[in-house]
Amino acid sequence: MQTKAEQIEQDLLRPLFHSSGKYWIAVALATSLLLAGVAAFCYQLYNGIGVWGINSPVFWAFDITNFVFWIGISHAGTLISAILRLTNATWRRPITRCAEAITVFSVLIGAIIPLCHIGRPWLAFWMIPYPNQRHIWPNFRSPLAWDFFAISTYLTGSTTFLYLPTIPDFAAVRDAATGFRKKIYGVLSLGWQGTPRQWQRLETAMHIMAVVIVPVAVSVHTIVSWDFAMTPVPMWHSSIFGPYFVAGAIFSGIAALILAMALLRKLLHLEEYLRPIHFENLGKLLLTMSLLWFYFTFAERLTTWYGNSPPEMAVFWESIRKQFAPLFWTMVVCNFIIPVPILAIKRLRTITGTAIASATVVVGMWLERFLIVVPALERKFLSYSWGTYRPTWVEDVLMASSFGMMALLYLLFSKFVPMISIWEMKVGLHAHGGVPVVAAPDGAVLDVAE
Amino acid sequence: MAHKWGLAVDLDRCTGCEACVVACHAENNIPTAGEDQAARGRAKHWIRVERYWEGDFPNPRVRFQPVLCQQCDEAPCEPVCPTYASYHTPEGLNAQIYNRCIGTRFCANACPYNVRFFNFYNPQWETPLQLQLNPDVSVRSVGIMEKCTFCVQRIKSAEIQAEAEKRELKDGEFTTACAQSCASKALVFGDLNDATSEVAQLANGNRGSKLLGELGTKPNVTYLERGSWQDANKG
Repeated sequence: MQTKAEQIEQDLLRPLFHSSGKYWIAVALATSLLLAGVAAFCYQLYNGIGVWGINSPVFWAFDITNFVFWIGISHAGTLISAILRLTNATWRRPITRCAEAITVFSVLIGAIIPLCHIGRPWLAFWMIPYPNQRHIWPNFRSPLAWDFFAISTYLTGSTTFLYLPTIPDFAAVRDAATGFRKKIYGVLSLGWQGTPRQWQRLETAMHIMAVVIVPVAVSVHTIVSWDFAMTPVPMWHSSIFGPYFVAGAIFSGIAALILAMALLRKLLHLEEYLRPIHFENLGKLLLTMSLLWFYFTFAERLTTWYGNSPPEMAVFWESIRKQFAPLFWTMVVCNFIIPVPILAIKRLRTITGTAIASATVVVGMWLERFLIVVPALERKFLSYSWGTYRPTWVEDVLMASSFGMMALLYLLFSKFVPMISIWEMKVGLHAHGGVPVVAAPDGAVLDVAE
Repeated sequence: MAHKWGLAVDLDRCTGCEACVVACHAENNIPTAGEDQAARGRAKHWIRVERYWEGDFPNPRVRFQPVLCQQCDEAPCEPVCPTYASYHTPEGLNAQIYNRCIGTRFCANACPYNVRFFNFYNPQWETPLQLQLNPDVSVRSVGIMEKCTFCVQRIKSAEIQAEAEKRELKDGEFTTACAQSCASKALVFGDLNDATSEVAQLANGNRGSKLLGELGTKPNVTYLERGSWQDANKG
């Protein structure tokens, strides 16, 4: 007769040792998408960035849209997981790991995109302050220099934040594995023995990281917004951009997390662990963020409209009434009109319901970033120099490959690391006398007898 | 006394002939983008003559407005560059240091005048145009920004010459390629710190205004005009 703890360990370690054919098909698909992107990038390097659709005056387009999009998605994990840990929400236990992994991988993608978008990618290291023969530091007044530091800090911090609670699980894999794999996980688990002293240190370190990572996450997306707000460009130069971007990032991040959880649940057979209650709770968070997003968008647009400054109104009408109107109103439908009823009506707030709402939000938030970047550049002051933008196949492929890269990293992660924290599930178990624990909608702990 | 280079653009004199555009291309090794690239919005002219139509049929009027880098004192392009490629020289020029540029294109987005240009490809000249490249000006490679320099090569060579001859630079001793080629003398270049120079007198006269002056960029290019053509016709 298996104990519950053994059951948890067996369930959650299974994906590491056994993978279905479907899994490998998914890996192959994701890899081919990524390779297509690598090929497109080589083509771009060889011919010049002119193979993109960017032009004068639209110097940023899909590249920066995707950059902001992925950095936004990265707010899924670390921020949500840190807040849930700090507030000691017990229902967090099965979802923190997959949330934190989204963060690390999407920040990584977000960090790679600017390297591919600059004119001379081979000189990207000039962003790093190091003593050099040119006797010059990076320009610390530039929001791009802030970006560099913010994103590298965030990547380091969120990787640490993901790694710390994984140490006991690496040890569990080490104990279950044999041969070469045992050695690797032995190194990864940093000699974890599970002594009380080690546990105490781990808890302390995790707590410190949870406190530290929240302001880092908030600052990262604020700084990303300042890439726009610090210029005199109409509709970019706005003090609302900092909080607007952070709210949008958390919004798209939660949506990405719900989507990832819905997929993992099916792919890795984690139905026992990722339960309707988790989707229900995250769905409510998504609802809150959807309302907040609408509030910000409304406030931004209304203030611009009343301000009635001609350069801003050129961009304003272009996005809501003229060229970009189809995209703009699709965005409103995707971010507000569809998700709000689904998430507000309890009967619809199911796993399928929240997944549908999340899918539309991810699309809507991508459109939001595109509508921030492109219309403003197309309609900048002197009407003689206005322009239009249309992406080329190279930009389309690069964008698709960023999704391929995310899928691949996530799939591989699920092959090498338990997607749900084994030890935290066991803690939940022990805290309640050996029965599985889920949380009630109000956050109170609820014991469920099998 | 340090120089402060400036340009006066007399809109009442400009005929829209675009000789300045051609002269600038020749002086500064600017390749022509070609029909296909120009259609994609990649035409590259450090100085361009903007055309604006006023009034309806049967009395439409066209107005010409040469636009080049305004060499702002408070240039939005400068603080945003992470590698100090867009740099403010002691003489107040917005210099673009090609070697430092990594091509983030942030400066071009920040520029309200859209006068910064990106090299989407390596430059090419149709034979025999490559034979007329100016040896005093570097050719810019793919992936970097470029812009009007106020013909810094001419400024430097005049300054060096004057220094060698141990004398002050005289007003009108040299000028930029665009001003030199302007048949109607709509463009006047010179030292704004020299109150007696032609450009300083024009810039400080009552016809002067700054392009998008409300943005606070403090351009060193001054536009001169009496007023709108309707007002002029009435008078």
